[in-house]
Amino acid sequence: MRIAIERRPYDSNLMKYLSPVLAIVLTLISGGLIFMIQGQDPWAGLYTFFILPVSDSYGWSELGVKAAPVLLCAMGLSVCYRANIWNIGAEGQLLMGALIGSWAALSWMDSSSSWVLPAVLACGAIGGLLWALIPAVLKNHFNTNEILTSIMLNYIALNLLLLAVHGPLKDPHGFNFPESALFTDAVTLPIIMEGTRLHLGLILGLFAVATLWVVMARTFLGFQLKVIGLDASAGHFAGYQQRRLVYFSLLLCGALAGLAGISEVTGPIGQLVPSVSPGYGYAAIIVAFLGRLHPVGILLASLLMALVYMGGEMGQIDLGLPLALGSLFQGMLLFYLLACDFLISYRLRIQPSVKPMAFPDTSTGVSQ
Amino acid sequence: MDIELLTNILFAMVRTGTPLLLVALGELVCEKSGVLNLGQEGMMLMGAVVGFIAALTTGNLMLGVMMGIMAGMAMACLFGVLAIQLRANQVATGLALTIFGAGLSAYIGTDYVGQGLSGFQPFIVPLLSDIPVLGKVLFSQDALVYLSFIICIVLWLFFKFSRPGLMIKAIGESPYSATAVGLPVIPARWIALLFGGAMAGMGGAYLSLAYTPLWAEGMTAGRGWIGLALVVFASWKVERVLLGAWLFGLASIMHLVLQGMGASISSNLLATLPYLATIVVLVLLSSNQSRSRMLAPMSLGKPYHPAG
Repeated sequence: MRIAIERRPYDSNLMKYLSPVLAIVLTLISGGLIFMIQGQDPWAGLYTFFILPVSDSYGWSELGVKAAPVLLCAMGLSVCYRANIWNIGAEGQLLMGALIGSWAALSWMDSSSSWVLPAVLACGAIGGLLWALIPAVLKNHFNTNEILTSIMLNYIALNLLLLAVHGPLKDPHGFNFPESALFTDAVTLPIIMEGTRLHLGLILGLFAVATLWVVMARTFLGFQLKVIGLDASAGHFAGYQQRRLVYFSLLLCGALAGLAGISEVTGPIGQLVPSVSPGYGYAAIIVAFLGRLHPVGILLASLLMALVYMGGEMGQIDLGLPLALGSLFQGMLLFYLLACDFLISYRLRIQPSVKPMAFPDTSTGVSQ
Repeated sequence: MDIELLTNILFAMVRTGTPLLLVALGELVCEKSGVLNLGQEGMMLMGAVVGFIAALTTGNLMLGVMMGIMAGMAMACLFGVLAIQLRANQVATGLALTIFGAGLSAYIGTDYVGQGLSGFQPFIVPLLSDIPVLGKVLFSQDALVYLSFIICIVLWLFFKFSRPGLMIKAIGESPYSATAVGLPVIPARWIALLFGGAMAGMGGAYLSLAYTPLWAEGMTAGRGWIGLALVVFASWKVERVLLGAWLFGLASIMHLVLQGMGASISSNLLATLPYLATIVVLVLLSSNQSRSRMLAPMSLGKPYHPAG
């Protein structure tokens, strides 16, 4: 018997949507095995990781709190990836949003005007946007690969953030801790549900989902982005202004990531700290792919990613497991997804072994 | 600046440049065969953590390096299965490798954070180390630094004069023509990829066993990515990778240089220098579009589909 790999005549639509599900199942199975290696009961481990965090209504609200920044970043990234622009810089854009926004918040927080909070949020978005402007300009006018520039900017942004909390933005009455002063109510995001930490950031994220769904599915702009993503030269011949599309997608992503950053510091954190993000910008890359670059898929995937973050904390508290288990699950998820995506364009076929071949085998069979 | 300070700076430059050199040489070979592996950072992290744990538990540093190399190769295998066998997008697979490596290394290294070991000690080469300045800079380093020199020379000879070297270059330029003349594209790409994994693993192990003998989460701090940029900087040439790695090493230790000159600039600001330098270098090299197209292996990053 042999298992042959053959190319499907058409990409399978079913597999396109089944592949993320399969990846999640494989991650859960691997998770169970890891729990066993750790000497835990796999069922209890998986329960602690994926069910316990959302076993009460407060848990569900926390899921929204954790999902909000990932959702905002992933929505921005999905637009870039649709246009085949490999922006890896959501993390840096998020940090710059938090940094510039916090600077604005600290400058204006004694004002009582109701415009202060929107202005602070706008500053956050602009901070992220300006940070994304760098790879956009370099890509458009200097032909520089955006992958390496955007990732370098992540490290630079982190160092600038550290510089700020150790220097100019440090709380003068903060016993020399590298943290800013606590934000006043004027520059704190309103809570949208009493008794929880659910803040306006989640609404912003959902708004981004709805808007970008319409833009990508129903507007000429969305169509152009998809065309240059599939075939840049086709877009060129159709007369699309590619540079403008590069600017649009990168700057939009920067603004959304910046918004995510400022929502974190003016929301659940309440001050500028060195650890604004536990890698939300990187997790968002996984979320964008897991959600098939579709707004609804990304919404679901960001909730799953939030659950992984919460499960990681729960596993540490309840079972004494390493916190990094969460990051390990994130990495596995993306790996399994890429492997399962193979089944979109290819299928496996089991063939009887003795049958002689009448024609040259055009498939790329591997005998087993 | 006196001569002793200069010597110390150059000594630190070579030391700091060594992990960059190791990872960049590995990626150079990999890219020559047409495979773009963005997972260098993940492979380095795994090399660092596995190397550290092995050396700490056995007390044998060389064994630690060997295990680091194995870990890098194991990670490269994952990449190969997806990107070479299953023809997944190389950029996405590389990213996945980095994210996975960061998570896995943090996970298995949890219990080892904060532990120290006595790392590689300098091995003073007799006679040669007596040369003024250069003796200290080049011949008073540890064993892995010397190894990096040797690998550099061997790779230079390999691509310049050897048949397999030419074969890898041909495969990277045009895998289909290479197939037509009977060259084994897939096996050659696997070997190049595994070599890249081994070098990244060694680069990681250098960090956790020689440069700063300890393990910390994410301790490679973007060196894998800088290594990728170095290959572009070097226009895919071995000797320029050496030069580039040392220059970036110098950029990473600018705080030493500036302190020596009596300047005081925030250490966070100076820490951005290697990353900033990477961007500047990439911009300078890529702005001439036709030139950068000429230099990169033609099939770089493109999956190879044998017979349809």
